[in-house]
Amino acid sequence: MASGTLARDTLRAPARARSRGGRLPRGTVKHAVLIVIAVLIAYPFYFMVTSGVKSFFEATGRPTLWPHEIHLENYVTAWNAAPWSRYFVNTIFISIVNTLGELVTAVLAAYALARMDFKGKAVIFGIFLATYMIPDEATLIPNFVLMSRRYLNLADTYQVQILPFLATAFSIFLLRQFFLSVPNELADAARIDGAGHLRFLWSIVLPISVPALITVALVSFLGSWNAFLWPLIVTNHPEVRPVQVGLNAFRQEAGANYNLLMAASTFVIAPIVVLYLVAQRYLVQGVARTGIRG
Amino acid sequence: MAIEVLRAGAPRAASRRRRIVDEHVAAYLFLLPAAAVILVFKIFPAFFAFYISLFRWDVIQGPFRGMDNYLDILVANPTRAEQFWRSLSTTVTYTLLTIPLEIAIAIAIAYLLFGRMRGRGFYRTLYYLPYVTSTIAAATAFEWLYHPQYGPLNDLVGLVGVGRQDWLGEPDGVFAMIGSAFGAAVPAIAAGPSLALVAVSLMSIWHYIGFQVVIFLAGLGGISPEYYEAARLDGASEWQIFRKITFPLLSPTTFFVFTIATIASLRVFNQIYVLTNGGPLDTTRTVTMLVFRTFFQQTQLGLGAAMAFLLTLIILAFTLVQFRVLGRRVFYG
Repeated sequence: MASGTLARDTLRAPARARSRGGRLPRGTVKHAVLIVIAVLIAYPFYFMVTSGVKSFFEATGRPTLWPHEIHLENYVTAWNAAPWSRYFVNTIFISIVNTLGELVTAVLAAYALARMDFKGKAVIFGIFLATYMIPDEATLIPNFVLMSRRYLNLADTYQVQILPFLATAFSIFLLRQFFLSVPNELADAARIDGAGHLRFLWSIVLPISVPALITVALVSFLGSWNAFLWPLIVTNHPEVRPVQVGLNAFRQEAGANYNLLMAASTFVIAPIVVLYLVAQRYLVQGVARTGIRG
Repeated sequence: MAIEVLRAGAPRAASRRRRIVDEHVAAYLFLLPAAAVILVFKIFPAFFAFYISLFRWDVIQGPFRGMDNYLDILVANPTRAEQFWRSLSTTVTYTLLTIPLEIAIAIAIAYLLFGRMRGRGFYRTLYYLPYVTSTIAAATAFEWLYHPQYGPLNDLVGLVGVGRQDWLGEPDGVFAMIGSAFGAAVPAIAAGPSLALVAVSLMSIWHYIGFQVVIFLAGLGGISPEYYEAARLDGASEWQIFRKITFPLLSPTTFFVFTIATIASLRVFNQIYVLTNGGPLDTTRTVTMLVFRTFFQQTQLGLGAAMAFLLTLIILAFTLVQFRVLGRRVFYG
């Protein structure tokens, strides 16, 4: 597990420190390089946030590093210039339903694959594994057709942004891996006490799998929040439009008022930045472990 | 006593059988929700995609064309074939512009960050931030950073004497531009990627670098400290240690990062859609952009599905490689 390797690399640190004894400039150079990179990485965020509070004239004048006047009302103007509250309600609703749905389907499937005996287990597992390899690009057009009026007739709804994402092979694998590591003794003890699978799952397996569940939930939530291409092609009306597609529409609507556009970009990324800072550990671990989503 | 065992055995066998049946029913019920979603929206569409690609399919299904959509894209239709091969070459160029640089920078950063040092958590948090940020919002900011008139980038490059550029609107190759700046004529074949494609690539590097750093940090953690200690005892320099120990032992991680980064770049869409929408003069139109244009804007679903299918085959090849590597990785267990 990633956390194991991270723990190990702090263990080996003393050896490095000792070998470098007294060579302070090295550390300084190292920090200098890392700070330059940090500035390069942070600058687009800085540009976004500071441009968002500039006046129109300052924004479209000669670029300034620090805003001469701070116009916090830009946020209000930007917010009122498009149906942002609708977009946010839509995205929050879709992201929460997707996340909860994905958790439920993944927990059940992963439990069956990890801790139950049934015929065809290997085959079913293999099929799930195979679907893991199908990229979204492959299913974009057929799902678009499937959702059209001639078939499921779900274009321009919440369902169209939810149904396809209610289960992913990614979360099933991640949880299955975790459930496999639950000691068999616990399962035996539960069976002797007369607990069925659901009860064992609910009162033993889930409580000890909280880190894995958080990881799955975060990766799923992040994916829903940042979803763009699919909602772009299957939604038309602001009533069901998510924030990313809303921001894309606002790019056209804002025209040269890019201070407002930057204010809007800031509030679109703000919830995710906060979530990331709070739950960094789980998110980084989950994404690093699979490298697939995000 | 024997009779007792026999008598007890019969109902126990029956209850055991019932328990096995129950277990089967329960297991299938547990699998049902996930299996239903994946079957309807992943497995069925994968076959349906191929089916669509065999038809002329505008807004609705048209006549059967067999392999003609594929033939059109690859050779038969000069316009379509030219577009497809060009988009593939643009995708490869984009991959070459981003991945080697991303990997080199990420390894360097991971190497610097590795071990106990002050501010390690801060750097890692910051470097990873672009990766969780929506590419639409980030690209919107980059669009204005690159703006020829209002963007600060032109002021920055002006400091080192480079003239103002139309970063996202410049179809000329960068080598040709550098050449002409020094009064040398660069032949068209060596003109290089358009400045717009380079600008898009820079944003992608910014976006992905932190993700790669995290994976490389995990990879570095997997290298046993004894190697370093032994090398230091032998008086090896830091650079020798990096070249002879770290880099070779890190190669499985590097290979893993290479495959997933390649898959990501084969799928690139959002940044390009926002920054250039495939322009200028189609120099940033990658395969996914072409699929999008063909199927969504021109409503040629059959042709689009055929292109997507070809792209999927390429992605699949890399995914299979990645899978084999992933299967062997220890720290993923």
